Amino acid sequence: MAKVLMKGNEAMALAAIKAGADAFYGYPITPQNELPEYMSKHMKEHGRVFLQSESEVAAINMIYGAAGAGARVITSSSSPGIALKQEGISYMAGAELPAVIVNVMRGGPGLGGIQPSQGDYKQITRGGGNGDYYLYSLAPESLQEAVDLIKESFDIADYFRNPVMIAVDGLIGQMMEPVDFELETPKWDLPKKTWATDGNQKGRDKNIINSLYLDPNDLEKHDLKLKKKYDEMKRDHQRYELINMDKADIAIVAFGSTARVCRTSIQLLEEEGINCGMIRPITIYPFPSKAFDEIPKSVKDLLVVEMNTGQMIDDVKIVNEGKLPIHFYGRSGGIVPEAEEIVEKVKEIMGGE
Amino acid sequence: MLDEKLIVAGFGGQGVMLTGQLLSYCATNKDINTLWFPSYGPETRGGTANCSVTISDETVNSPVISKPDSLMIFNKPSLAKFMPKLKKDGNLVVNASLVKDLDFREDVNVYEIEANDIALKLGNLKAANMVMLGAYLAITKIFTNKEIVAVMKEKFTGEKAQFIDLNKQALEAGKKAVETSA
Amino acid sequence: MAKTKTIYEKSNGLSDAHLSYCPGCTHGIIHKLVAECLVELDVLDRTIGISSVGCSALNYDFFSCDMQQAAHGRAPAVATGIKRVKPDSIVFTYQGDGDLASIGIAEAIHAAHRGENVTIVFVNNAIYGMTGGQMAPTTLIGQKTTTSPDGREEAHSGLPLKISEMMATIPGATYIERVSVHNPKHVIKAKKALKKAFEIQKNKQGFTLIEFISTCPVNWGMKPKDAVDWAVDNMIPYYPLGVFKDKTNEEAN
Repeated sequence: MAKVLMKGNEAMALAAIKAGADAFYGYPITPQNELPEYMSKHMKEHGRVFLQSESEVAAINMIYGAAGAGARVITSSSSPGIALKQEGISYMAGAELPAVIVNVMRGGPGLGGIQPSQGDYKQITRGGGNGDYYLYSLAPESLQEAVDLIKESFDIADYFRNPVMIAVDGLIGQMMEPVDFELETPKWDLPKKTWATDGNQKGRDKNIINSLYLDPNDLEKHDLKLKKKYDEMKRDHQRYELINMDKADIAIVAFGSTARVCRTSIQLLEEEGINCGMIRPITIYPFPSKAFDEIPKSVKDLLVVEMNTGQMIDDVKIVNEGKLPIHFYGRSGGIVPEAEEIVEKVKEIMGGE
Repeated sequence: MLDEKLIVAGFGGQGVMLTGQLLSYCATNKDINTLWFPSYGPETRGGTANCSVTISDETVNSPVISKPDSLMIFNKPSLAKFMPKLKKDGNLVVNASLVKDLDFREDVNVYEIEANDIALKLGNLKAANMVMLGAYLAITKIFTNKEIVAVMKEKFTGEKAQFIDLNKQALEAGKKAVETSA
Repeated sequence: MAKTKTIYEKSNGLSDAHLSYCPGCTHGIIHKLVAECLVELDVLDRTIGISSVGCSALNYDFFSCDMQQAAHGRAPAVATGIKRVKPDSIVFTYQGDGDLASIGIAEAIHAAHRGENVTIVFVNNAIYGMTGGQMAPTTLIGQKTTTSPDGREEAHSGLPLKISEMMATIPGATYIERVSVHNPKHVIKAKKALKKAFEIQKNKQGFTLIEFISTCPVNWGMKPKDAVDWAVDNMIPYYPLGVFKDKTNEEAN
């Protein structure tokens, strides 16, 4: 099929429909409104559910209920709204419910702003709510990648019985790019949802969806069961891309739309004869530690670039284990860095040696 | 090699976003890489609305255009905001009906198009953006008016379909304005 | 040998789990009524119940239908999520006054507002039971709790919230009734009300809420019998029993 030009928020909505989403529940917030608006129009055409809830808190609990009933569900929001959903997300991880959650990030803290940001990195990659849990978190850099990952993310959520977070920003939500919706994406081997409270108890025992374990021994057992999933994510499902790393003297670490800006910086540096590479995490949880094992000896410095004041840099420090000097360049408040700013930073680092 | 970076800027309501989108739709139809990114939120309501459009044979990387090849400027505040960023020898297409008596940079190619006046003569002020687009296409030649009209026929359905003829005339008028001033 | 005849048995709608409620608490009666209604309407195997947070948090173990446990106050949102994807199921929430009238009031109001075809079993005992007897929005004026040690004062905490009266003002709600289970006569009346609510849901006629006046002998500091008397003497005068809204009746007229 030919590519179609679509706005990011709408493309992500259509990707969810193509992935067989049964229901969308959500609440308006900028800059993700085109996603629920698209859903309100098109879910109906497919005989599926769209409902605008009274709050983000209600929306995520509707997601909990429908996921518990065995449906494929998706919600979307932006940073302050995602913060409100954290209670429900923690309950879903605890009750082992699959869902896809799209966070079209904007500047914070508080009401913050509405321009693009990556300020929710820590909230996303540390679980976000109470307790010992994580979200499989994907950070696409383009609309094609966002669409492909959303199509696959429903399978990933079902496989792990855990929410998947699609971490994008206002830039990806608002931009238009040509997208091919028919590209093949990996299909995961999924068991039947025999655990679901689906309103059809004929021929089976009752099912219970629950995150309450009053006996500490039971809860510890449960927490360790959850940990196994996160260990599997870390062991087998890290995703990343290495760009121009072969002969690189310095490597940028950047995700999402920031990585895209850095691609231009790398080209500009190349024109000046500077070999700059990039590690682009596609999963921000699990953090792609394996990418750092592949750094060639030629790389003398790491430069972390983010649209925040420095959050992923802590993960880079953990996996770097003190081996290479780590530098940081960030813009926050909704400002997207220009490629030239990063070029200057790279030159500053290299000239400083 | 085609690698055009354009910023379209003006007031909300002047059709700035649509002007940029038509170019991206046209690129998509021709299987050329493109990226359209708008300013959004309260800024666009009454303030300056703008969009960045990249059209390229290469993969589009940074969505942010720091040094545009061309500018389509619909009002004075937009000129102040974006003219300093324009590349040397870049194209500065201004709606001269609204942006007049200003100092333009001397190291760029300035095209003053009386877009509002031309659109009014055609019977609808709202077509001023298409006059500007027609002028831009005549200068850069990245697409033909015919190709843009084909996109309109695809996208302007229902009540919007009635504007296709007017827009077609506006595109031609914009083209003519450039050709006669050259 | 004399023939034995079963004249009473536990409803199939209840599991064999041991109830976690204190002696004299009326949760047990209300559970029984819910279970009997579901069995009598022959909907048990397509019912999904939602436990809330409070003393009834563990009742996902007590009913024999499918159950979900919800976050504090969110049961009506969870119910909405389920019902919208499984419109032919029967969905009920079981919520106390802390859960529904305080932290979850928005979810309750908006479920009613949308006319969600679900049933809320609302148990009002004028106190937070599970957390140890704190003041609820429904705590009566003068009533002592662990967070109103001198008795609830209007100037400080306002007047107790009348949920049924309030929910009856919501255009989207179909059926709202307040009942009590302090004696057998009222238990029978309460069951009738609850059954009507589930029938309305079965007929896809919309949102129903039955408020049960209940007791909390432990946190009220009373013997079970005294607690029942206190409910009759103090709660029912402030929270009068009766039907506050019946759209099915309005439609018939």
